[in-house]
Formats: sequence, C-alpha cells, structure tokens
Amino acid sequence: MTDIITESEEAGFASDLTQSNTLGESVQAYISRVRGGDMGALPSVFGLVVLFIVFGFANDRFLSNLNMANLITQAGPIIILAMALVPVLLLGEIDLSAGVAGGVAACVMGVLMVEHDQPWGLAVLAALATGAVIGIVIGLIVAKLGIPSFVVTLAFFLGLQGVTLKLIGEGGSVRINQEVIAGIANNNMSVAAGWILAVAVIAAYAVLALLRHRRKVERGLQHQPFAVVVAQIVALGLVTLGVAFVLNQDRSVNPTFPIKGIPYVLPMIVVLLILWTFALGRTTWGRHVYAVGGNPEAARRAGISVDRIRISVFMACSTMAALSLIVQASVSGKVSSSSGAGNALLYAVGAAVIGGTSLFGGKGKARDAVTGGLVIATIANGLGLLNQASWINFVVTGGVLLLAASVDAISRRRRSATGI
Amino acid sequence: MLSSHPPSRTMHPPERLTMSESTPLLALRGINKSFGVAHVLHDVDLAIYPGQVTALVGDNGAGKSTLVKCLAGIYPIDTGEYIFDGKPVSVHGPKDAGALGIEVVYQDLALCENLDIVENMFLGREKKSGIVLDETTTESKAREALTSLSVRTVKSVRQSVASLSGGQRQTVAIAKSVLWNSRVVLLDEPTAALGVAQTRQVLDLVRRLADSGVGVLLISHNLTDVFEVADRITALYLGRVAADVATKDVTSRQVVELITTGHSSDLDGAAAPSTTA
Repeated sequence: MTDIITESEEAGFASDLTQSNTLGESVQAYISRVRGGDMGALPSVFGLVVLFIVFGFANDRFLSNLNMANLITQAGPIIILAMALVPVLLLGEIDLSAGVAGGVAACVMGVLMVEHDQPWGLAVLAALATGAVIGIVIGLIVAKLGIPSFVVTLAFFLGLQGVTLKLIGEGGSVRINQEVIAGIANNNMSVAAGWILAVAVIAAYAVLALLRHRRKVERGLQHQPFAVVVAQIVALGLVTLGVAFVLNQDRSVNPTFPIKGIPYVLPMIVVLLILWTFALGRTTWGRHVYAVGGNPEAARRAGISVDRIRISVFMACSTMAALSLIVQASVSGKVSSSSGAGNALLYAVGAAVIGGTSLFGGKGKARDAVTGGLVIATIANGLGLLNQASWINFVVTGGVLLLAASVDAISRRRRSATGI
Repeated sequence: MLSSHPPSRTMHPPERLTMSESTPLLALRGINKSFGVAHVLHDVDLAIYPGQVTALVGDNGAGKSTLVKCLAGIYPIDTGEYIFDGKPVSVHGPKDAGALGIEVVYQDLALCENLDIVENMFLGREKKSGIVLDETTTESKAREALTSLSVRTVKSVRQSVASLSGGQRQTVAIAKSVLWNSRVVLLDEPTAALGVAQTRQVLDLVRRLADSGVGVLLISHNLTDVFEVADRITALYLGRVAADVATKDVTSRQVVELITTGHSSDLDGAAAPSTTA
C-alpha cells in the first residue's frame, strides 16, 4: 500500500449521498426524474383519474357501487394476464400466444370438471400444468433456436386456437358452475373479513416499510427521507380503505337482496401482486431477468444462464395466463372456443405498457399490470355503459395502446438523453 | 484531489526494482494459437507482475485481443505454458480464469444500463440471505470497494448505470475487480472512448489498482497513457513479441518503431529479444 491509498481512505467516499435530505428535495428529485422521462406509474394513475371524471360525468351509473364492483371483476383477468406479460416484456420479448395458451388451459380445466367429473383442485392444477408446458416449449424454441419471440408466439397464437376448438368442439362452450371457480368473481367476502383484510394489508406494508427504513438508516445505506416513507404508507392506506369502504356498501339494485363485500378476485390479485413484486425485486431470478432485458451480453459475461432465464420467464408467463383465463371463465361463467382469443392479449399488453412497463425491455414492475389493467378495464366498462357501438370500443382501446407505446418510446428517448 | 499530482513511476524506485525481479504472478511461455490456417500467436511470452502495470501494445491485428482472450480462457491455447503463481495451470474457460482471480474489463463494457452500480457490481454473484437478495451487505461492500479506489466521481452507488459517463462506467467495471479480490486484472482499451479528464481518472484508478498489489495488464493503443501508467511494456508485432522492456528504458519513438516494424534499431539488444519478423 502506498500513501496514495491511505490519503484517499481518509477522504473516504465523501460525495456518496445516502439520503436525499428533505421531503422537498425528494419531491424535486422526483419531478426532475419525471421530466427526464422516468414517469413510472404517473401516466396510468393520471389516465385513471381523467377516465373516472369523464365517465362519471357522462353516465351517473358509472360511479355507482355496483359498477365499481363490476369494474374490479372485469379488470381481474386483464390484470392477471398483464402480470403474466410483465416479465416477458422485461426481457424485451413478447408473448402473443399468452391469451390463447390460457384459453387452452382453461379448456382443460373445464373439460376435466364437466365432462370427466374431476374435483376442481385437480382441474386447476392440470390447467396450470398445461400453461407451464406450453410456456416451456415456447421458451425452448425462442432460447435455443433463436427465432424472434414475435414469430414463435404468433405461430402458437394460431395453433393453440385450433387446440381449443379440438378440445371443446366447433363453436361450443363449457359452462362453469362449479362453486369455487364460479365464486372467484361472483362471491364476496363477508364485510368483517373485508375490513380485517384491508387493515392487515396496510399494517403489514407499514411494518415492513418502517423496518426496512430503520435498517437502512442504521447501516448507513441509501434511503428515502422518513416523510416519504410515511407518505407512501398513508397513500396506500387511504386507497385500500377507500376501496374496502366502497365494496363493503350494499350495491344491490333490489333492496331485499343486499350484495356487499369484496369479491374474491381482489384478494387474489393482491396475493399475486405481492408474489410477483417479491419475485422480480427481491430474488436472484428477478435480478437476472432485469439484467438479461437490459444487456443480454453483459448478463452472459456475468455468468448468468440467459437461456434458462428466457425459458423460465415464458413458462411463468403461460402459467399465469392459465390463471387469468380461469378467472375469466369465472367472470363469464363459461369456457368457449374463443377464450383468450380476440383482443384479450392486446388488452393485457396495453395494460402493462400503460402501467409503465417498457416494450424495449429492462424496465417495469408487477404493479404496472394493476394500474394499467384498471385503465383498460375502465375504458371498456365506461364505453359499455354509454351504449357506444362496439367499433368505438375497438378504436378507443387501439388508440390508447398506441398512445401508451408512444409515451414509452418518447420517455425512453428522453431517458437516454438525460441519462436517468 | 489525486489527479492534481499524476501517479509517478519513479515514486518508489527501489521497491519497483525488487518487484520486477520477483516472480511473475501470471506468465505465459511459448504460446501458439491458430484459427484454421491463420497462425495468430507465435511463441508468445508474457509476464504480469504483482503491483505492476504491464502494457500490451501493438498495431491492429497484432494479436492483442486474441492474447487477452487466451488469458481469460475464452480461447483455448494450442501449445505453450500458462503459469499462475509459479505453477502451471490449465485454463479451459472463463470460469477457470475467474477461479484463479483473473478479472477481465472488456472494451465494450459489460454493464447493464437499467441496473444501478451496486446491482452491476454483484451481477451474477448476488449475495443472498435465504432466498432474498441481501441488499444491505451488497451496498456496503460496493461502497467499500469504491472507497478503497478513492472513487469520488459518482454521486451515489444507487445511481443507474445509464446516468453515468463513459469514464464512470469504466470506473465501475474496474472497481468490480477490487470487489472480488482479483489478483490479475486485464483491461482492454480502458481509455479508448474517453475524454481527457475521464482518461485521467481511469489512469489514476489503474495506478491505484496496481499499487494495491494487483497485477494489471493494460491493453492500449495510446502511448501517452502507456508511458504514464505502465511499469513494463510488451510490444506485439504480427503475433510475436517484439520487445518486453521496462518503461523507463525506452522512448516513445522506440515503442512506435516496435509496433510498426517489429524492431527498434537503437534499442538495447538485451532488452529486446530478437525477432524474426
């Protein structure tokens, strides 16, 4: 060791900031990040507020308790399918066949339950396994043969629709009236259970966030100001309590048969959100997904098995897609030959992109699927209430998807210009 | 700030002398490498000493990159000896080289722009507690590594790499080798794409890396850089070693001659092995 090193050690890593000092400073830092093109959840939250105001004024039934509950059950399958696509988009790939892969899986479930009298648990497991197998095959083809995922999954998009037709018969459908499966979208938690769940979610988030903050301060690591942590807890608390309050009101049009409580699909989405946030943000696998999406060559040189990451991501995507179409079957009460076809997939891609997941890979979060999925579902729901011709629905949704992709492309350019 | 006094080779002359007499940390003897009919490396000898910067110079196509890839285990060598710490070893892949403590900093930086500095430094070697990533340990360790190299140009270790300049990125890539206690660091054209001030920073860093006892091999086209930071110069000419000399024994003109013609008329015969080129 020479005196150069000693001298520098005294000086230390002086300019390394471990926290932004005040609330004002961190707000300013956030604003400059947004201006620099890193908008995060902002466009989707802003879009959601605008849509609520527009539809709220255009139709007085839009903001009714009944419609809010409907909105959440309609958003469920879109959100779950978007969550399936987030990891794929993180890799910079696309899975056009996710919807129909889920359709095949839901068909397997329906056929097993209705035509073979199998218990629902077994049928669901078989459906998830079907999704996983389809995903592994897609992943193997993409990773090992090097065919662009767009082409591979387009082929699967066409091929798997044939499989659904074969399983279910031309133009036919299977009714899903099994209690548990139909209950996902149609049954509600008791009011008390709903409140307990809401409070538990807030408490768990608050405890984890505060513990994390304290640990970071103790170890001298980079952390946010305490006020920001508290603000985040309060914001989450208000939204959660608000949703729980609305859903726990009686929303029945017939006063003699009250309907109240949180539909089971909502806690299901919360669990999936926690699971995916954890998998992407806190595990080695998630870190490697981001790395492969950001720079596959760097990931390879760092010793990451890029092929294995690709295959696992496509597998996870198709498995989640199976879950999405099971929920869809619950919402619509049937599995039909067109399950997962049509615009289901584009809705989900649109949801993820509107939420803030980049089509160029490397950037995105599981929560993007939730905010973006709500935007897409709100458009469909609101236009439906306004009794618009279905062509308008297509045009508007297409326009929103294009708008989201444009925002993504422009913010990406700004990010590379400002270096955020 | 360190950049105010340039790292001087003459700072500890006696110490340097004893070091150059010590055994090399890594040595290649009589390395040959062919790609089909193209015989790229002819009987190449190379020595990297601990605490010294060895510069590898040569024109385009002289075989510098091939030699580095042989060292890093990316290309297998055809014939010749690979000696590490005085013992012959066989290196069959990048993993073997990594296990010996050889780290390569590539010219096109192997960093992920969407990840932050800490995440990049631990990429592929993440620390875990249970199944959860151990963010606290990794952040502290990354900060330690940057501090030990007295890196003060980055604002925060949680900055994303996309927001760093070329020099800062190079710094992160080099600091990664400190983190993993590497014993030999191969730097492929670390200053090729950098401006004046950034080149300054990276050269200072290279010097400090060597002063901490690491054997550094610096591949460079830029003779100013080489003369500033290197203790020894190995010149390649058409796949052969044209000279292996101490920097203080040669002038820039002589090195240019070695690079372009393979020999230098007025270079001390003892320092320059005869070449057949």
